[in-house]
Amino acid sequence: MTKYVLKRFLQCIPTLFGITVISFVIIHIAPGSPIGMQLNPKTSPKIVEEMRKNYDLDKPLHIQYFLWLKKLFSGRLYSFKDGKPVLQKIRERLPATLILNITSILLIFGFAIPLGVFSATHRYSFLDNLGTLLAYIGISIPGFWLAYILILGVVKLSGMPVLGMRTFAVEGLRFLELALDRIWHLVLPSLILAIGGIAGISRYMRSSMLEVIRQDYIRTAYAKGLTEDEVYYKHALRNALLPIITIFGFLIPGLIGGSVIVETVFAWPGIGRLAYQSVLSRDYPTVMTIMTISAFLTLFGTLVADILYAVADPRIRYGTK
Amino acid sequence: MSVWSYFKRNKLAVAGVVVVFSVFVVAMLSPLIAPYDPGEVKVDAKLLGPSIERPMGTDHLGRDCLSRMLYGARISLSVGFVAVGISICIGILVGSIAGYYGGVVDTVLMRFVDIMMCFPVFFLVLTVIALLGPNIFNVMVVIGITSWMGTSRLVRAEFLSLKEREFVLAACALGLTDRRIIFRHILPNALAPVIVSASLGVAGAILLEAGLSFLGFGVQPPSPSWGNILTEGRTYIFDAWWLTLFPGLAILITVLAFNLVGEGLRDALDPKLRGVAK
Repeated sequence: MTKYVLKRFLQCIPTLFGITVISFVIIHIAPGSPIGMQLNPKTSPKIVEEMRKNYDLDKPLHIQYFLWLKKLFSGRLYSFKDGKPVLQKIRERLPATLILNITSILLIFGFAIPLGVFSATHRYSFLDNLGTLLAYIGISIPGFWLAYILILGVVKLSGMPVLGMRTFAVEGLRFLELALDRIWHLVLPSLILAIGGIAGISRYMRSSMLEVIRQDYIRTAYAKGLTEDEVYYKHALRNALLPIITIFGFLIPGLIGGSVIVETVFAWPGIGRLAYQSVLSRDYPTVMTIMTISAFLTLFGTLVADILYAVADPRIRYGTK
Repeated sequence: MSVWSYFKRNKLAVAGVVVVFSVFVVAMLSPLIAPYDPGEVKVDAKLLGPSIERPMGTDHLGRDCLSRMLYGARISLSVGFVAVGISICIGILVGSIAGYYGGVVDTVLMRFVDIMMCFPVFFLVLTVIALLGPNIFNVMVVIGITSWMGTSRLVRAEFLSLKEREFVLAACALGLTDRRIIFRHILPNALAPVIVSASLGVAGAILLEAGLSFLGFGVQPPSPSWGNILTEGRTYIFDAWWLTLFPGLAILITVLAFNLVGEGLRDALDPKLRGVAK
């Protein structure tokens, strides 16, 4: 087991390196220099030269890369827009993003697993077919469009604001009211962010469950006289859940991409919105840092998923693969 | 039984084919069937609701929404097809070379795929397009070069098993070049999963363009794409619901159709699933 974890860990190192190289290359494919857009055309050549020096643009590319890497990890990368350290800007937005994304992940697994199991155990029933259709719709619907329709509907029906993290200009709330207000504002964005994942993973869960139900040991379980429920929930479910673990890592890029849109629609003060604002203001240090951190997170997610999978499944742990 | 007879049993997938085909025909014929010029501004006819003469109403500049939707179908479909064309080509090239040669080549290429898969695609596409400047050409190309990784993995997996087969050995024995063996002998046998991922890819690309348009980095107005019609209409959502409803529905239905066709093909082409089909 230790050997597997160690091996898997070492495999990540070249990937980590590659991620930083690609992030770096992306900044430099921009036509002109990264500071070009910041400057007034009348700026004197001397100041341009000074700025180039400030951002290390006068050095060869590979040296620039290592300098950028050093700054990135030591937190000395500053935003073009307001001169604040990029990592500090990200840290400020982190709590909002975490709340939103963790709620979404909980919603995804909370809905997708029971839905998938139900579909598999009631295969080809009316509800299963309906679930299939709804899942395809969930994958195909543009999130921001659905968000607008829901906002319009909810605001018209309830008359309560849904944008932002809390209701503004309302003071003197007691703790409970405050908490309810926060939860109310969390419902729509986290649901919209989760819809694609719920649809995708419930399908995955269904096919995984169907795969398991065909196995010989399930027939054995029936043969020894267990009821259908016992077979499904005690014997089949556990094994059907295994492949779902590996999905976890790949959920992260989708959530981050989705956050950009959902946080923009709902005026949610998280990292997704910061990313979009930084793209708009051409604040490359912030954009690239968010990009790199996102990719690191995904890599970390897949690593954790693989290790968990090895913990849960001895075939992987002792496998020759 | 043939693939088609399996595919036919899946009614949703057949419905998907009908929708895809209709959207295609409508897009091809849009200059003939569009009742108005999509770019014609009529200030006195702005924000008219749906009526018999104008089934989808008009926008804030008095342009006919139906005509714009019809021309938008062309642009949205082109974005989908060109982007997928690019991603499929890269995916096939990377996947077949990695799978055929194996060893170090395979390790290096697949590590590169792993790296690319770590990036959140939507954010990556958004950033690169913001850097290069948003226009339809960049949108197609950037979506294409950031979404080939899935295809390359599928093609590689096919190649790994196909290259051990006897017909490849026979081709080797005949002294054919690697290029000929890869593209003429192995590739045609490895195309089934590529077709599936192409169909799903078109769906993804149309959706991605809509998302980019929403953030202002998709196909730029005045060229109508479904994404930017929807985005322009968003400002008038309280006065003109039709500007939000129709383009959104068009995207949903088209993307849904491509997804259903892709999934239907996947089931029909996968021999393992045939025994258990209904």
